[in-house]
Amino acid sequence: MSSLIKFIQKAPWSAKIGIIILVINIAVAAFAPVISPYGETEITGDVWEEMSLTHPLGTDHLGRDLLSRLIYGARNTIALALMITFLSFSLGTLGGFLAATLGGWCDTLLSRTVDLVLSFPTLIFALMVLSVVGTSIFSLICVIAILDATRVFRLARAVAMDIAVMDFVEAGRLRGEKTGWIILREILPNALPPLVAEFGLRFCFVFLFIAGLSFLGLGIQPPTADWGSMVKENAGAITFGIFTPLWPAAAIAFITVGVNLIVDWFLNLASGLKE
Amino acid sequence: MPTGLPNGGGLPDMKDMTATILKRIGHSVITLFVISILIFAGVEALPGDLAESILGQSALPETVEAFRKELKLDLPPHVRYISWLGDFVQGEMGRSLSNHRPITELIGWRLSNTLFLAAAAAVVAVPLAIILGILAALYRNTFFDRIVSMVSLSAISFPEFFIAYILIALISVKLPLFPSISTLDDQMSLADKLYTIVLPCLTLTMVVLAHMMRQTRAAIINVLATPYIEMARLKGVSRLRVVVLHAFPNALSPVINVVALNMAYLVAGVVIVEVVFVYPGLGQLLVDSVSKRDLPVVQASGLIFASVYIGLNLLADLLSIASNPRLRNPR
Amino acid sequence: MTDLKQSTPPLSTDPISRRKFLKQMSALGLSMAILPGVFHGSAQAAVPQKGGRFRMGMGGAHTTDSLHTPTLADQFEMHTNYALRNNLVEVNQKGEAIPELAESWDVSSDAVKWMFDLRRGVEFHNGKTLDAEDVIYSIRHHMGPDSKSGAKGLLDQIDEIRADGKNRVLFTLKGGNADFPYILNDYHLTIVPAGTTGNEWEKGIGTGGYTLEEWEPGVRSFLKRNPNYFKQGRAHFDEVEILGINDVNARTNALKTGRIDYMNRTEVKTAHLFKRMPGIEIMQTAGGLQFTLAMLTDISPFDRNDARLALKHAIDREEIVKQVLRGYGTVGNDHPIQKNDRFFAADIPQRQYDPDKAKFYLKKAGLTDQTFPLHTSDLNTIYLDMATLFKEQARKAGLKIQLIKEPADGYWSNVWIKKPFCNCHWAARPTADMMLSVAYTSQAKWNDTHLKSPRLDELVKIARAELDQAKRQEAYAECQRIIRDEGGTIVPCFKDYVEAASTKVQHGPISGLLESDAHRAAERWWFA
Repeated sequence: MSSLIKFIQKAPWSAKIGIIILVINIAVAAFAPVISPYGETEITGDVWEEMSLTHPLGTDHLGRDLLSRLIYGARNTIALALMITFLSFSLGTLGGFLAATLGGWCDTLLSRTVDLVLSFPTLIFALMVLSVVGTSIFSLICVIAILDATRVFRLARAVAMDIAVMDFVEAGRLRGEKTGWIILREILPNALPPLVAEFGLRFCFVFLFIAGLSFLGLGIQPPTADWGSMVKENAGAITFGIFTPLWPAAAIAFITVGVNLIVDWFLNLASGLKE
Repeated sequence: MPTGLPNGGGLPDMKDMTATILKRIGHSVITLFVISILIFAGVEALPGDLAESILGQSALPETVEAFRKELKLDLPPHVRYISWLGDFVQGEMGRSLSNHRPITELIGWRLSNTLFLAAAAAVVAVPLAIILGILAALYRNTFFDRIVSMVSLSAISFPEFFIAYILIALISVKLPLFPSISTLDDQMSLADKLYTIVLPCLTLTMVVLAHMMRQTRAAIINVLATPYIEMARLKGVSRLRVVVLHAFPNALSPVINVVALNMAYLVAGVVIVEVVFVYPGLGQLLVDSVSKRDLPVVQASGLIFASVYIGLNLLADLLSIASNPRLRNPR
Repeated sequence: MTDLKQSTPPLSTDPISRRKFLKQMSALGLSMAILPGVFHGSAQAAVPQKGGRFRMGMGGAHTTDSLHTPTLADQFEMHTNYALRNNLVEVNQKGEAIPELAESWDVSSDAVKWMFDLRRGVEFHNGKTLDAEDVIYSIRHHMGPDSKSGAKGLLDQIDEIRADGKNRVLFTLKGGNADFPYILNDYHLTIVPAGTTGNEWEKGIGTGGYTLEEWEPGVRSFLKRNPNYFKQGRAHFDEVEILGINDVNARTNALKTGRIDYMNRTEVKTAHLFKRMPGIEIMQTAGGLQFTLAMLTDISPFDRNDARLALKHAIDREEIVKQVLRGYGTVGNDHPIQKNDRFFAADIPQRQYDPDKAKFYLKKAGLTDQTFPLHTSDLNTIYLDMATLFKEQARKAGLKIQLIKEPADGYWSNVWIKKPFCNCHWAARPTADMMLSVAYTSQAKWNDTHLKSPRLDELVKIARAELDQAKRQEAYAECQRIIRDEGGTIVPCFKDYVEAASTKVQHGPISGLLESDAHRAAERWWFA
């Protein structure tokens, strides 16, 4: 623990800001019921009220307190985004590494499948799949994770291809190491930097994807609060000169910037470039 | 990733290059064929069919049956697929099932609109992203770099429809500079058309800018760590020269790939922007025909998107190979 | 066969015989030809001005739209169609059937045989003169085994159509129907030249006030005034541009920036914000658009009337109108007849939210621990909001409702009339008979509650063929009571149409039969 603190102390100021942002978000998510002034779905005012003492950030499109929605939204949004991103990265990197190290039919099969999925517009693909399987949270997670995994796969495969031909991997193979060992011990550590950079962006794209789906009528089902859908539900307020939807959008921007600041720091460490 | 490329000379061997291209095109044709089967199966799997979705609440079992018969939806799926494929191979795209318009006419206009918007957005976004990426890498970890980073990250954290609404609120409603909806018609001159699409074009630029810019920056920084760059630095070459002349050319391959990916997005992924600006593009057509189960239209537009995607990827790979001697001569 | 005493329109609250009607007209010094204009113009002091380009932003547009009348279903295509074509009979803003392409009509005393005299000298946009063959072709196109028309169910009552000379069409019905002219106002049944087929439908040839210049399905239709239009004092605009704008915010922005003059489907929750905007008017029109919850009365537990009554007492209609419709509507009383309808039975007490009664009926049905699954969908935002609120209200009354969200795609074919308890909505029908015989009689094509009440069937049949107003009133009142107390339908609310337009758009009273002044906005409205 103390070594972790020391490690963080040595981090540049930008990374520290990133860490603070992340900690704030996680704290808010964890203590949502304690700090939120109203319930998640409680209707407490008129539609799109301005900021006031009773409603610090105003009210949303149904007259619910926006701050409370935002706080509860942190829970659902961050949990969902993390789950989807981890799932897609596990799937994508595993597939990509396997394709790169095994090559041959395995590579062909996986690559062609991924090409197929990628060559159809993602949003419309998701729309079709979700129309068939229904829009439960579970199916939403699976569909977005699988679609995202195809993009991770391409990156992971490309990176692993470069590493797989390196001398030290070759040496490992000659020593008779198993594929699993090679992937875990040789390829993964060396492929981590670009993957982490991608993680930062993908994490943010998940919010946008959910928002996009909810724009087209699918996505997380009300009354559950999530930031992406909150932007969509309240977007109409902009038309009337009310800036309510800026808050959830700002929340997404906030956490995206935070995560990517940490990612940048990590990239710098990994690339070995000194200031 | 290139495989089976020749060893030797500085320039790619044209003959092998041609062989690669032909092989890739062969792959693409097979991919498109499989996609057409998948689209067909996908639309089949959706609940309901064209007859039911057009008639909606007023559907009666007998009217649905009559409608199906007229559209030949009562035939078994494989028969319908083969008959569609037969027509398609002969260059006969068929007609929309719902309003009998020839698909070539229906799609041609929208495809040109889609390409027009994508091209306009790309012309603005690609150079801007690359220049900003180079500058950010050049002045990495400075205040400038951080600001560019944060602004671009914030920009991509906004859903595209939201960027669109903000732009409309600011420079269409508050300051009446540009129109809030971008319907095109045939009588418009090029200048009129460009004026009409300023807002969707700006929206798309903001959407794709950050991704390309960040990847450019990352790719250049990655190259900066290599020994030959340090060598150049030690020889006293200026930072600007190092980044622009030494690092950037060697970082081209990932940049080309991310540009290609975003170009594909600009063509195929912009359905939401089309909805917000009421822009008559191909994405809207695809969504509508999926929801109405208008299979020939779904097939045609789906295949166009797939071809664009495959074509751009092929182009990106070829350009990467051409741009990088090490890729031309893999170990 | 004809009995001239029973002519136009036998059904209005204040029935006027055709003779009286004609006398009134001549007293005003007006001829029959300008009749519709009078109806319209007299309602408003302002005299309609000619000219201008009326730009409409319409939600409900699809690239799959078509001008083929049997498959008309959504707003963009419907409005374009009504600007181009006419019905035989028009229903005006007061809910009366008035002449359109039919100049007058007569009916036999048993209401079985109907004779329609066509207006003479009316020309289609392609120059052809309207005759009986066109009318017969246009109506028959929706009938028969190969029909895929949304109006097929309505026309099943027709036994025979034939021409009597060039300008007269005779309909023989399978049973008497005093409301038959209203059926001919159905939006599918607009008149086209005989022989229109295949791609010709998309040319939009009709007799309407505008001609089709450009037609890009779901995107834009561009129309010009028909200089040859047979109605005087209608179709005031020089040009009409209908834009398909499905995103409500895009429509709002377009209206605000002056790109369009009118938008349909304004959200009730933002209506109060529109009122703050200068130069924009909110149009609120009460109509018969109703939202319902349908229970299949032959499937357990809904086969027990006590279970149905428990649910009917567990819904707070006032709160639904207040919260879900934000006041833009009226409460329902578990039957489909709206307050403004001439056959509305005002003496039936309004059913109230009553948790105690709900508990009582639940216990009586022996279903205290029952969970009722309610199938809902985001097909319509009202559905989900209403179902969610109902669940909460029912919980307070001790009833457990479980919401099951179904995909909007395929809702009508896979959920509605298939699942025992689900959301539904009905557009207004111009007559009580149409509403009852479309969804409540045993033989109704869309009987979404499987209601089988021999008494109701009998009453509907009697009232349909009856020409005496008081007797019909009585029969329809009993129908409403039966549906309210025995039926499987909960009717929590009727929703108003809420639309917005620039204040330079002028109009008379607006019809609530369908959106956009029953889709006659392009024909009836004008610029100041």
